Order: sequence, then C-alpha cells, then structure tokens
Amino acid sequence: MSEEIKKLIIEYVEKEYLEEEDEQDVDENTPLISSGIVDSFSMVSLKMFLEKKFDIKIPDEKATTEAFDSVNNIMELLKEFNVS
Amino acid sequence: MGNIGSYEEKYKNFNWKISEQELEYGKDGMYNLAYYCCDRICEKGNGEKLAFLWEGFKGEEKKFTYQDLSVYSNVFAKYLQDLGLKPEDRICLFMERIPELFISFLGVLKMGGIVQPLFSAFGEDALFTRLEDAGTKAIFTTRKHVRKIRRIRDKLPDLAKVIVVNAGDKPLEKDEVAFSMEDAPKPENFELYKANPEAPSVLHYTSGTTGKPKGAQHVHASIIAQYITAKWALDISPDDIYWCTADPGWVTGTSYGIIGPWSNGTTQVILDSGFSSAKWYQFIEKHKITVWYTAPTAIRLLMKDGTDAVKKHDLSCLRHLISVGEPLNAEAVIWSKEAFGKPFYDSYWQTETGAIVITNYPGMEIKPGSMGKPFPGIKAIVVDQKTFEPITTPGTVGLIALQPGWPAMFRTYWNNKEMYDSKFKKGWYICGDRSSIDDEGYFWFVGRDDDVINTGGHLVGPFEIESALLEHEAIVESAAVGKPDPVNMEVVKAFVALKPGFKPDADLELSIINFIRKKLSPLAMPQEIEFVKSLPKTRSGKIMRRLLRAKEWGEEIGDTSTLEDD
Repeated sequence: MSEEIKKLIIEYVEKEYLEEEDEQDVDENTPLISSGIVDSFSMVSLKMFLEKKFDIKIPDEKATTEAFDSVNNIMELLKEFNVS
Repeated sequence: MGNIGSYEEKYKNFNWKISEQELEYGKDGMYNLAYYCCDRICEKGNGEKLAFLWEGFKGEEKKFTYQDLSVYSNVFAKYLQDLGLKPEDRICLFMERIPELFISFLGVLKMGGIVQPLFSAFGEDALFTRLEDAGTKAIFTTRKHVRKIRRIRDKLPDLAKVIVVNAGDKPLEKDEVAFSMEDAPKPENFELYKANPEAPSVLHYTSGTTGKPKGAQHVHASIIAQYITAKWALDISPDDIYWCTADPGWVTGTSYGIIGPWSNGTTQVILDSGFSSAKWYQFIEKHKITVWYTAPTAIRLLMKDGTDAVKKHDLSCLRHLISVGEPLNAEAVIWSKEAFGKPFYDSYWQTETGAIVITNYPGMEIKPGSMGKPFPGIKAIVVDQKTFEPITTPGTVGLIALQPGWPAMFRTYWNNKEMYDSKFKKGWYICGDRSSIDDEGYFWFVGRDDDVINTGGHLVGPFEIESALLEHEAIVESAAVGKPDPVNMEVVKAFVALKPGFKPDADLELSIINFIRKKLSPLAMPQEIEFVKSLPKTRSGKIMRRLLRAKEWGEEIGDTSTLEDD
C-alpha cells in the first residue's frame, strides 16, 4: 500500500511541478521544497492534493517545509493520519 | 556606527553629488552602469577579488572574480551584437538563479540593450503579457523553461531570438539558438555602449489594480542611488560577504542583488535553491556571511522553525540584517534579536523607486514595526488621501508621497505614459501605500491604498488573476482579493461563480488552483477558492472587490448602497 501511495505522490509531483523539458527525476528521497521543485507557495496545492486524495485535514502547524521536503517525509506525515 | 555615520548630519547635508563623486560617475564620459559594476573595480586593481560565489542546490560551487565578470559580460554583449541586436532592444532574462543570469544582466547593458528580467516561475500567460507589452526582441532562457516560450512564440512577432543557455544534447527547435557562456569566444576588448545617464537600462514589470502589469523603466543613472543606498542603508563595504536572497526577476534582486553590491566592490554569495531553514543557516555559517538582505516572509518561515534551529549553527559572522518587501512586524524584529543577537532593519521601497527610500540605519534607534526614516536626498511625507495636501499632524494616516527627482526613480511605464502621469499629484509621486509619521519622524506602514495583493513581498494584480480564472472552463465570474496570512502577510483568495453543469468540490478547487499556478505563477495562485452563486457588483456591473476584501479582513464593509445584489 505504502509503495502505491509513494508512486501516486511522485506521479503527481512530476505531472504538476516539473516542466516537460525538466531533466530532473523524482524519487522518494528527492528534496522537493529545498530544491525548488515545489516552492513554498505551491506547497499549498500539494497539501490540498493530499487532503483530497486521502480525505484528511493537515493542520497548518504540521504543514512545514520540512514535512513536505520529500515523498518520504510526506509519508511520515501521512502516518500521523493513519494513511500508510 | 555604520557607513552612514550620523543619519541626521547626512540627511541635512546630503547631495547626490556625494555618490557621483565616490563612484566617479561620468568620468571620461562613461555613464553605462555595467562599467561601474565590474570594469571599474578591475581598473582600481581589484580584478582578482571575488565578485560572487554561486552555490547550487546540490552544494556545487562556482566562483567569479571581478575580472571574470568583466570578461564574461563582454562575452554576452558581443554575442548579442553579433546576433544583430541593437541598443534599446528589450532583452529578457528568463532563467533560474544560475551565474549566467547575473552576468548576462551586465552584458545586455554593455551593448546598450534594455534588460527585462522576469521571474522564472512565471507561467506562459504571465510571460506572454510582459513580452508582448515590451515588444521583447530576444530572450535568454534555459532548457527547463524553454517550453513555456514555445507555447506562446507564435503570438510574439517581435521576439526574434530565443537563446537557450546550457542547452544540453537534446536538439532545439527552429529559430532557437544554444549558448554556453564558458565556451563562447572571449573578445579581447569590447567597446561599451556610450549610454547617456538618462538612457533606458532596466524594465521591471509590476502589477496594478487594473489592467495589465506595467513596465517600470529605469535609466543608467539609477546606479547613483543604488550605490550609495547599498553602502549606507545595507551598510556593505568591500570587506563584506553579502547575501541577498531575492531573485533578479524582481527589482530587489537587480538593484541590490547585482548593481548595489558590485558597484561597491563587495563579494556576494548566491544560493540557487528553495527555502529550507537548515540549509540557509548552513549557508550563512559556511560562507561567513556578514550582511544579509532578505524578506519578512522568509524571516517568518525561519521563526516557524524556532530558535533551536538557529542555535545549531555558529552565525556570529552576521553583522547586519536588513529586510524588504512588505512591512516587518515587530514580533519578527524582536525574534531576530533573540535568535541572531541583532535585529532586522526594515527597508521600504518599490519597483518604481528603484532604490531604498525609507529605512532604518545602523546606529539609529529601531522602533520595532516602523519602516524607519527617509534616505538622505529623499523628501518623503504623507498626504491626504483625497486632497493630496501634506499632513502635518503626527500619527495621522495618509498616502506616502515622495518628491520626484532621485536618480533611481522610474522614468515612465513602458507604453503607458498616461498611467505614469497618474502617479503624480500636486508635484508628489504617490507610492500607493498608506502610512503615518510619528513625532520623531519615523514612518509606520498601514497598508496598500488599492486592491493590489502583497504576498510574500511581491505585488500581484487582481485583474490578471481574474482574467486568467475566466479562461478556466468551469468559471463564469471571478474576483481575486488578498486575505490575511501569518507568513506571507497576504495570500490570494478567489471567489468564483461556476457555469451550469459544474459542481463546486475539492477536485474542481484543486484544478483551478493548479490552472492559475501554471498560467501565471505560484505567487498568483489562489490559496483558497470560495464558490459563490454570483459576485457582488455595483449598478454599473463592476465587481465589488472592496466588499469581498473587507469580509476577509473583518473590516467594516461601509456603504453598500451602490450594490446591485449581494
């Protein structure tokens, strides 16, 4: 299950935040925020995607740049909402 | 005591000639500002001094001396000339923060072009609007962003050259050219364009309440103000290691990320990566940064991560901290004292002013939450919002007004003289911000005087967002306003009415948000969508943004008698 979730998030990041000419590959450890792939403004849309997909509500205090900085970090965050 | 010495004494006796003399501006008929940012430093015997150290996200580093700056900017200038570009052609820089972005800025100026820097996160609609308005002739971009240009190029007949920096192995499309700064021939000499002081130099686009973004056009003589404000307000000197976190797609990134530090012969460091408090602190510690110029939004993000994150690093190298982009709240100033042992000094200016106009100075008492006092040579007051007469009673809120005539002031809006003229009332330039002045002469920011949204230190025009929203297949009516946000001061909130057959749900909300992010930019992306049946309008059919905004801010709605419905 968790592998499927990771795949789903990676696909979403690649589709929404990378340009077609972008040569960057995204895996579960790729830094997202600190690398600039997802900027701190766009983090809101990633958060919204997760909330919608998993029917959860992530409070703002938990939506830190660190918590969203890789797919693995996001997986850790999702565990708090019993999504794994 | 900083470079400025006594603020009162400097303010009283100031003349812009002081800056011109220090720079030797105009010596031998040279007014081209690019000369003062590299060649002059070399001629003074400092060619081997480090002009900048660039660090990429993965930690890779590149170093450039002032001599390198001089040579490589000549490379760009010669290359553009050979491509057939002419003085006063608008040449856009649309690249992430790679070394070529900074150096090409000087290269364009050296051949007499007008630099048009644009934030690389702009989507194709935002890019198109600005390139079309400027009649841009050439654009530098990277492989990462070239597709955005391809999607709009057919609609841009003036755009003759698309230059792809570090293009890689993949083939380019017709009429695109690959360029490598390091591999390009290095001209032995390049004769700089003999710009006069009033020759156009930089075109920065900024947003207003109505209409398309406007290109604030600056001139070569702006360096007179940028040099001395960098020296006195940012307090930089050649011995400093300076870090400006702003992107050169915005005015801070050029006035104080290129012109200010380099005309002062300072070494700067550039980090090409996204936000991370741990990475930022490591960067400061590793490079022993002494002067740091950043934005309140970044400071508030750092605050969110706490002082413990700061204490893991030795940041004793930091000597002076300055902030710009939006009002710096008192809590951030107080936190900075606790975290770094020194306060952030707020500075106020805008795209149109080209340089800092009101700020706090080293050696001057800071009143947390205040913007500070006018820079020497700047006469700033507040005027009545209706009569534009000066307000003399301390603490009374009015519009910030500046007496025109400082060197970095914009000279016009590109193709929009009428809008430019409308910014002046009774001889004052009206900034569009409200403030009061206390009995000691400190300015206190209150807010914007229009519907422009200040998010993360950047101005976003509601009209541009509303127009883009209407391009979404589900939307029939739209309005965009700023809503309060603890980190970004304001974020965009959109109100939309849907066409029949579309259901307001989370899927649609996310679709609209991503639609705007890609069309315009992450800054313009609404962080919240409210679905409404219809939008409140005046009898003449104009959407009442004021009403929507007031509700978001919990303010009195005021007179609603002109509303058609609610």
